[in-house]
Amino acid sequence: MGWLAALLALVLLPLAMEPYGLSLVTQALIFGLLAMSLDILIGYAGLVSLNHATFFGVGAYTAGILFYHGLTNFWVGAAAGITAAALLSMLLGLLVLRSSGPYFLMITLAFGQMIFALAWKWRSLTGGDDGLAGIPRPETGLPLSMWDSQNFYFLVLALFAASFLILSWFVRSPRGKCIVGIRESESRMQALGYNTRSLKYLAYVLAGGFAGLAGVLHVYYNGFISPQELNWTTSGLVILMVIIGGAGTLAGPAAGAAVILILQNLISSYTDRWPLFMGVIFVICVMYARNGIAGYAVKIRDKGRIKNESLGSERSH
Amino acid sequence: MKALAVKGLTKSFGGLKVLQNVAFSLESGERRAIIGPNGAGKTTLFNIISGTIQPDAGEVLLFGKNITRISTHRRSRLGLARTFQKNNLFFNLSLLDNINLALLINKIPSSPQSFIKKWDLWDKRDTRVGELSYGEQRQVELLLALAQLPRILLLDEPTAGISPVETEVIAAMINALPRDITILIIEHDMDVVFNLADRITVLHLGRVFYEGDLESVKSDQRVKEVYLGTDGGEVRS
Repeated sequence: MGWLAALLALVLLPLAMEPYGLSLVTQALIFGLLAMSLDILIGYAGLVSLNHATFFGVGAYTAGILFYHGLTNFWVGAAAGITAAALLSMLLGLLVLRSSGPYFLMITLAFGQMIFALAWKWRSLTGGDDGLAGIPRPETGLPLSMWDSQNFYFLVLALFAASFLILSWFVRSPRGKCIVGIRESESRMQALGYNTRSLKYLAYVLAGGFAGLAGVLHVYYNGFISPQELNWTTSGLVILMVIIGGAGTLAGPAAGAAVILILQNLISSYTDRWPLFMGVIFVICVMYARNGIAGYAVKIRDKGRIKNESLGSERSH
Repeated sequence: MKALAVKGLTKSFGGLKVLQNVAFSLESGERRAIIGPNGAGKTTLFNIISGTIQPDAGEVLLFGKNITRISTHRRSRLGLARTFQKNNLFFNLSLLDNINLALLINKIPSSPQSFIKKWDLWDKRDTRVGELSYGEQRQVELLLALAQLPRILLLDEPTAGISPVETEVIAAMINALPRDITILIIEHDMDVVFNLADRITVLHLGRVFYEGDLESVKSDQRVKEVYLGTDGGEVRS
């Protein structure tokens, strides 16, 4: 029920919002999708990956370069972006999943920065540190103009909702449960007979693919892409979204993305020192709200339940 | 056919020779205890049999099949299950989810209801395993291995760190297992060992020091000296 209400609110939102606010929410949905995909790794599989921006950026660059050079069909560009991100995660997954813990963190960081450097240096393809600007908005085949911020919002919302459904189906499926088992104890999962590396690989590629989709939407939204999107600072920002939102849930990181983007916008309109404030907020979250926004939501819900139950038992006495 | 056999197992960690040329075998359906003082190499032996570490030399045979170089999860699929000396559970998941993860691997999954009810933990099914008492966690440790429907069960000190009452519960669970499950158990509680095992292998300083049936182990003077103590039943700590 909660989900339906949230979806309804998101559908009705454009009625109540200025174009500026709506574009902020659009961006929040895109980063929400990215944060959800990362949480498959961090929250579900227990793999803290420091190069999730790589798949986001590669998806964005692939689609962006195609649109830039004249591709007009959005769906083809999106498929190409997702495929490129998924293929790259298939390749990197073979290498990085051999390590765990801090080593996993370091090797993902290393590969991420390698691809960042590649985008920086390969000027003829990527535009180098200038990035690619003026990427035209492609067509979706729908009789709606995507230059209209409302229509574009609905496209992003539809893809976000579809991704949310697919990812929630996945985490509830037997394989999704096994991936949580790996987070809890990989050695026990192996002792039980699970091929944990192939399960982690599946999670890694799935997360990479959805990050690619987020990248495609991002370049579609901005009409611009630069190596910054591939940098580890972007990965770090998404980790922040996951942690503030609540790792181990899907809605949490999406909410975390929204909170961070809104705060970032709000604070940066007053001061250039906004990262300082974000840092303070992050420290407070880690100290006082370990389970993030989702943790608070669960607490409030459980409180309500306990209240109802105790009322019920009082009545029965 | 032997259910489980190890031949010439040797393993060193740096300069420390933990296992030296260890060999023994279990008949199908046999219940074998491995005893020996701390540092004898018992857990290393288990880790080699279950596949979490590789021996420097020697082989492990499961129903005649050489499994020395295959992965842990494939050994498990061949019917080998183990418990851990230190609780290794899905602590943040409920008991039911823990059991379900173990049952899910079987080709024909049995229902967790019938499985947990049989072992008296049904009332705790929705409790996070991390919140169960240590003794209950020890039971879950055993349940996870049993849920795999193993042919060979490796038990690494199943009663370590729990009270005498809880020890009886665990011992009764193990004793109640069908006789066709071959059991290899590391255990320090001699009452548990003498009630359960058909034969005993004594490991000392990385070598098989003695092997025999219960009576001969109890009466062997050298075993008393290295492990049992002179009054024949107490564990020397």
